[in-house]
Amino acid sequence: MRIGVVVFPGSNCDRDALHASALAGAAATALWHETPDLSGSDVVILPGGFAYGDYLRAGVLARFSPIMGAIRDHAAGGGLVLGICNGFQVLAEAGLVPGALLRNTSLRFEHRWVRMTVEGRDTPFTSAVPEGRTLRMPVAHGEGCYFLPEPELDALEARGGVVFRYAAPEGNPNGSVRDIAGVINERGNVCGLMPHPERASEPLLGSDDGMLLFRSLIESVALAAAANAATSQPRLVGAPA
Amino acid sequence: MASFRFAVSVMPKEGILDPQGRAVETSLPHLGVDSVHGVRVGRRVELSVDAADASEARAVVERLAGELFANPLIEAWSIEGPVPARAEGAATGAVPVEAAR
Repeated sequence: MRIGVVVFPGSNCDRDALHASALAGAAATALWHETPDLSGSDVVILPGGFAYGDYLRAGVLARFSPIMGAIRDHAAGGGLVLGICNGFQVLAEAGLVPGALLRNTSLRFEHRWVRMTVEGRDTPFTSAVPEGRTLRMPVAHGEGCYFLPEPELDALEARGGVVFRYAAPEGNPNGSVRDIAGVINERGNVCGLMPHPERASEPLLGSDDGMLLFRSLIESVALAAAANAATSQPRLVGAPA
Repeated sequence: MASFRFAVSVMPKEGILDPQGRAVETSLPHLGVDSVHGVRVGRRVELSVDAADASEARAVVERLAGELFANPLIEAWSIEGPVPARAEGAATGAVPVEAAR
């Protein structure tokens, strides 16, 4: 099971994401954004940072990096993609998850610990999170105010597209509509969130709640592989796989 | 092949919270100004396009405006131009398209 972490110019949580992936038991590979190849990754993570310096709009220039075509194909084939912070902004700009991330209503760079509830339907990103468990993770962003027009927001909620919501006592750090911290696409295989699971990967860091997301990904890939093996035709020994 | 100069103005859509505009507005009393309201802060992109004619150049700008300069979900844009191109960076603050009006 391999997790590929994309490295854009300006990514700065790529190593943290690689570390957390390895800690959770995955083979972890850094993927340079100019190479349109995912090195056989089962899961692709778009990490936090400031890709292309956040010029023009956070995430928009990264959206046109050569690797994004391969990520689109991966997602179109049902492959899992997780966008964290700046990675969420890239996914939103690319239209792979709904919505846009606006400047925080405080106009400040918000860096602090938050809490989130996990909602919506079962997802491959949250399957290992115990029922009713709130997750404690840090945020660190200037543009994390989630926005979607009202009618689309209702549709998103109705289909269980809101996966993470900021919760008390810290509450909503950025002014996101309906306290939304993370969303998932309609197919349920591309997810983005502003808080940093990779920065909450060990008790030493103040929380290891983020590991629940990494474990969910690993379990989900294993389950999908087992399901595929059960349904596929037996192959002749020595035949090409 | 000629060069055509355009300017694209990008503004937060109506109803979209514009915290920059709000911050500017709330600072105005510090300047002794209390008659100004409805401040919105946007972005302006100027560019030159090499093309066979103006409509071909404009088509390129329109594509960039919708795909790159603005996020249609949250921003509206308008295009000014084309006007005859000047050397890029030649003007100091004064925008060719403004001057051509």
